[in-house]
Amino acid sequence: MTFADCRQLVVVGGGMVAHRLVEALVDRGAVAEGGWQVTVLAEEPRAPYDRVALTSYFSGRDPDDLSLGQPGLWDTPGVQLRRGEAVTAIDRDARRVTTSAGREVGYDALVLATGSSAFVPPVGGRDLSGCFVYRTVDDVAALRQFVADAAARLQGRRTPRRVVGAVVGGGLLGLEAAGALTALGVDTHVVEFAPRLMPLQVDEGGGEALARLVGALGVQVHAGTATARLTAGRDGRVARMHAAEGSAAGLDHLDVDVVVFAAGVRPRDELARACGLAVGPRGGIAVDTTCRTEDPAIWAVGEVASVAGRTYGLVAPGYTMAEIVADRLLGGAAEFPDPDLSTKLKLLGVDVASFGDAFGTAPGALSVVYGDPVAGVYKKLVLSDDARTLLGGILVGDAGAYAALRPMVGRELGGDPAAWLLPEGAEGGPVTAGLPDDAAVCSCNNVSAGAIRDAVRCDGCTDLGAVKACTRAGTSCGSCLPLVKKLVGTELEAAGVAVSTALCEHFDVSRAQLFDIVRVTGISSFSELVDRYGRGRGCDICKPVVASVLASLDGRHVLDGERATLQDTNDHVMANIQKDGTYSVVPRIPGGEVTPEGLIAIGEVARDFGLYTKITGGQRIDLFGARVELLPAIWQRLVDAGFESGHAYGKALRTVKSCVGSTWCRYGVQDSVALAVALELRYRGLRSPHKIKLGVSGCARECAEARGKDVGVIATDKGWNLYVGGNGGFTPRHARLLAEDLDTATLVRTIDRFLVYYVRTADRLQRTAPWLEEIEGGLDHVRAVVLDDSLGIAADLDAAMAAHVEGYTDEWRATLEDPEKLRRFASFVNAPDSPDPSLAYVVERGQPRPMTADERADDATGRSGAVLVAGPRLEVLHP
Amino acid sequence: MTTLAPSADADPDASPWTPVCAVADLQPERGVAALVDGRQVALFRLFDGSVHAVGHRDPFSAAYVIARGIVGTRGEVPTVASPMYKQVFDLRTGVCLDAPDDAAVRLPVHAVRLREGLVEVGPPLASR
Repeated sequence: MTFADCRQLVVVGGGMVAHRLVEALVDRGAVAEGGWQVTVLAEEPRAPYDRVALTSYFSGRDPDDLSLGQPGLWDTPGVQLRRGEAVTAIDRDARRVTTSAGREVGYDALVLATGSSAFVPPVGGRDLSGCFVYRTVDDVAALRQFVADAAARLQGRRTPRRVVGAVVGGGLLGLEAAGALTALGVDTHVVEFAPRLMPLQVDEGGGEALARLVGALGVQVHAGTATARLTAGRDGRVARMHAAEGSAAGLDHLDVDVVVFAAGVRPRDELARACGLAVGPRGGIAVDTTCRTEDPAIWAVGEVASVAGRTYGLVAPGYTMAEIVADRLLGGAAEFPDPDLSTKLKLLGVDVASFGDAFGTAPGALSVVYGDPVAGVYKKLVLSDDARTLLGGILVGDAGAYAALRPMVGRELGGDPAAWLLPEGAEGGPVTAGLPDDAAVCSCNNVSAGAIRDAVRCDGCTDLGAVKACTRAGTSCGSCLPLVKKLVGTELEAAGVAVSTALCEHFDVSRAQLFDIVRVTGISSFSELVDRYGRGRGCDICKPVVASVLASLDGRHVLDGERATLQDTNDHVMANIQKDGTYSVVPRIPGGEVTPEGLIAIGEVARDFGLYTKITGGQRIDLFGARVELLPAIWQRLVDAGFESGHAYGKALRTVKSCVGSTWCRYGVQDSVALAVALELRYRGLRSPHKIKLGVSGCARECAEARGKDVGVIATDKGWNLYVGGNGGFTPRHARLLAEDLDTATLVRTIDRFLVYYVRTADRLQRTAPWLEEIEGGLDHVRAVVLDDSLGIAADLDAAMAAHVEGYTDEWRATLEDPEKLRRFASFVNAPDSPDPSLAYVVERGQPRPMTADERADDATGRSGAVLVAGPRLEVLHP
Repeated sequence: MTTLAPSADADPDASPWTPVCAVADLQPERGVAALVDGRQVALFRLFDGSVHAVGHRDPFSAAYVIARGIVGTRGEVPTVASPMYKQVFDLRTGVCLDAPDDAAVRLPVHAVRLREGLVEVGPPLASR
């Protein structure tokens, strides 16, 4: 799309900072008629992604999970992203760039956001096969493939061994890379030239604690060691790393299969140099504090920019630069402030945080240090000379206090600073209330405590998700989320806005609390429950919740006695209501596996009752247009043919979708169908806060789309990987990895516990993804509960699932055997078999469908050839 | 469709009351549909034993489903929630509590009386 009367902005580079720049311009309405038209020229073949989270790609995430911000940014009219098209030259006089595709693009303003490249030290053999850098999704993918091939090769030897890898560089990036290698099953060494790990962020004490923690994870650290050269083995691949003489630990060499260079980055300033722009003293395009180069039409942002002689390798200052340029392009006056270089990372599972004046360089600065060598914790606060004002700090091993401490930099801590360093207790309480409005809570996106409070007070945000969407707080690295959550909670409480977890006007408690009440008291009827713990006679919100809780706890039939009055119409007639008031019927087809006889039986039922048939997304068959009075007859036929309820109508287990698996597929490594059938038969009938879907894929190709399910299982050559918290729908989520390479028994036990824990603690209509987000401690907490029994409830969870499996009966079969229950399926109490006279259908593509309102109007005036349907058998007339 | 007299007084020859079922056939707080002079009516017996009759047609979806809604209370008002899009109606007046001023989405209300253990439904009452 082309706007008239627009100035052209060309952005060179498609990284995180470029993304932020475009987002800022779009947000501020600058991309419009009469404003700017934006072209982003990106070298990588994909849209900007979250490079900070690159390592998570190793723990099973795919590149799509790394996407940034709101989807759709790149579809904004006036914004064009050209992927895989690098800029090769800049003609400053003509204000024009030339691209690798041979295209010429003119600009009114040019922003250089080319980032940096991995620095590879000039050692011999650095180009050997098996040497990698750690910078892009493609780097990571290539490394992953190489390690997988090497592992296969070494396993196949007469004396099998694990892959050995070395990471050159023990800074942030180096430890990230070491974490990635470890996750791939590589025996990992880290070689760092400086005398400690992370020399830029932590001091000697922190470095020691870090080395101990990292060492305990099986990573060998060689600090004070320089790499001299690399040599190849007979196969031409890298085989040995030689240390320089005089290295601290006396290391001579390491025999390795793979080497990753993570020894820092260099700004990619070649384009600027080639067109004569000035560069900084240590590289990078020289810009002033407005991020403008000496050419007024050209700007530079992110890692490639040298602001006042200094480059920045963190994303937060880059984002700040992007906001400054957006502001300046709109005629604003923003300038680059003293950047916040605080860092908090989880490297190899070890928390490391460094903020403010971490090294105590201010005159008279005092340090308070807490160290626990056994627990592997090192914490240091740097304070002003009167020991009152916080200047900075370092946290290794336990960075829980980071979110609360970082915004306090430059402020008086109050009380005894040492209290912040002791284990537990440091996270937040008093500080949240006292946090000044201008304190930056999210440093990645520069969101202040005041902005978060405003989001609640003025913009009407009532939960963490809304505040995140409104302010962008916590949407980059996420380290501030605990603090944001506390601020939001405090603010909501202060505003008297319902932090209320009340279910509805009849119950003041949440679903989870109600579940516990019923579990502990053993109450088994709604009337007793609402008498003792609620008020009134309930509503369409609390009654189905109570029905579901009772079903989870005692497994009685959904239509037993008073239970029947609690059910939504779907559960009441055990079918799914459709727009004309008829229902659809879905027999269970476990794992999507069905015999020809089964298919024929379903087909005959559909034909004989005039039902519209459609294949569902859950690999079964939906039969539409069943009138309430015909449901028992339809189900009698289905039950006689060996089918049972599919619970498509319930907040319950729906389906376990599977691919065909190793039985037939040439790529499958496990029998996914057999597992899916077993899981579906195990969990069928399980009532839950919302519907539950499972998927099982027989190999990493993931044809069952298991990661789009609440519980996804993907076969590996060693067992099964288990993912949780996925869903499709309005807010699609990919499931996240819970555990790897489980054997079948452990897998089933883990899913058992996960499901029961979810059923007990989730909110009403809360699927597993938001539940995992909301529950205190998130996925890590749930993992600890189901795998390590951190709450001591595993035996109880196991027993609950065993009781469910033991107590399962097909509720449709039970209904057909009970004349009292069958009485519910009357169309009219005084004419039980008369069809609803308002129903009318037409035939489309050979099947019936409800008449539209227009067709009904035509029909009333006798102009259409539509048919009214009355008997159990549809008379199909072609209009 | 049969045209009913607007009120019982206007047609004194025919009995305006149609017996539809035994009171015992109505489970408290679970509705049933009935055919009354060609009209579809939703009947509800409440927890306190009272019986109410309103139109079975849901004005929001135009489907005949009101009897299949969940019965409850809002404050002191006895209610039914449409099973289609969950709007809530006052069972005594037919007023949609989510749009109380919109006469187009009001359910017709029928008189009901209990005689010798039977539920009898009258024609729709003129809306007030």
